[in-house]
Amino acid sequence: MNAETSADWRDEIFEVFQTHDIKQVYHVPDAGHSRLIEHCQRSNAIRTVPLTTEEEGIALAAGAWLGGQRSALLMQSSGVGNTINMMGLTKTLRFPFLTLITMRGDWGEFNSWQYPMGQGTPKVLEAMGVLLYSVDKASEVRGTVDAAARSAFNGGQSVAVLLRQKLIGIKDFAKKAAK
Amino acid sequence: MSKATLQRRPLVKKILESADDNLLVIAGLGSSNWDITEAGDRPLNMPLWGAMGAPVSMGLGLALAQPNKRVLVITGDADLLMSLGSLATVATQQPDNLAIVVLDNEKFGETGNQASHTSPLNNGPTESGAGADLALIAKGCGIADVGTVREAGEVAQLVKDARTRKGPVFRLVKVMVEKLDFVMPPQDGAHLKDRFRQALLGHP
Repeated sequence: MNAETSADWRDEIFEVFQTHDIKQVYHVPDAGHSRLIEHCQRSNAIRTVPLTTEEEGIALAAGAWLGGQRSALLMQSSGVGNTINMMGLTKTLRFPFLTLITMRGDWGEFNSWQYPMGQGTPKVLEAMGVLLYSVDKASEVRGTVDAAARSAFNGGQSVAVLLRQKLIGIKDFAKKAAK
Repeated sequence: MSKATLQRRPLVKKILESADDNLLVIAGLGSSNWDITEAGDRPLNMPLWGAMGAPVSMGLGLALAQPNKRVLVITGDADLLMSLGSLATVATQQPDNLAIVVLDNEKFGETGNQASHTSPLNNGPTESGAGADLALIAKGCGIADVGTVREAGEVAQLVKDARTRKGPVFRLVKVMVEKLDFVMPPQDGAHLKDRFRQALLGHP
């Protein structure tokens, strides 16, 4: 649906990464982010690092910043829970931090197991002092990610962009099972 | 039940001896932090007061950002046990400027020296661990150059490996359980970060 009619927002995020001189991108495998991850993997300007767990990404981002480089962490809402204690590092060190989160358990989700962390995601991020941006329209992705990157790298904030499930599209389990 | 004989403080002092601007050091929370600070607090040290499990990943991010500098992570067994996966992540990147030195006293030192998972199996009701071998784990994660140091005679080579050997290098050092004074660096994380960047990049 949405995902098919407006496939370009992932490409736009990659362009925003380049505009903001992001040099390191951390990720776990993710269907929602897969096209963006592949762009980053093919880029000579960006070092792409696959993680075993999302919290590694916070510590990597701190190390990159110590060394003078900007980074971004790509994760799913289900991974946000793994990062909470480490997220404290963005406060204690006060370094710019940018994460893009593909939401599950958010809008028409079929899998009940995704709801607890999906619904908890904005609350726990807010509790850790992370500034939240949210986007559910493809036409607003570029502007939102750009604003988030400015808040992070110019404003020195810890920032998360929630890419809502309405934007990404609902995983259609019935369709998959029928295949 | 190998009785460790190496003392962590003089060992770390040797590793960091005449550290110059080419050496960037990250130390894990607790003992490793106090160890590098006793060797001499310097702006290019990033001693952690929290963020358990962070040092290896932080060292990797720094090593990738600064490929012409030497990045040395010094941490303990308990800290690394919290983030074993980070070793596999290091191996995906194969940073040739990163060395990881783990001071393994087989204890959770900061909380009262409870046995860590690197303590021997079947070592009594309160002192048992799993006999976990962190060097073997690092090797299994894909870090080819690993080693374990137990004797004073091996320390000179350890210092060389930590400072100059082509990375990623992983060295496990079996150290004694000791009661040592806290030697504390500044605590403010933002200050530690800013002074590090100022020294490295010329601006905070």
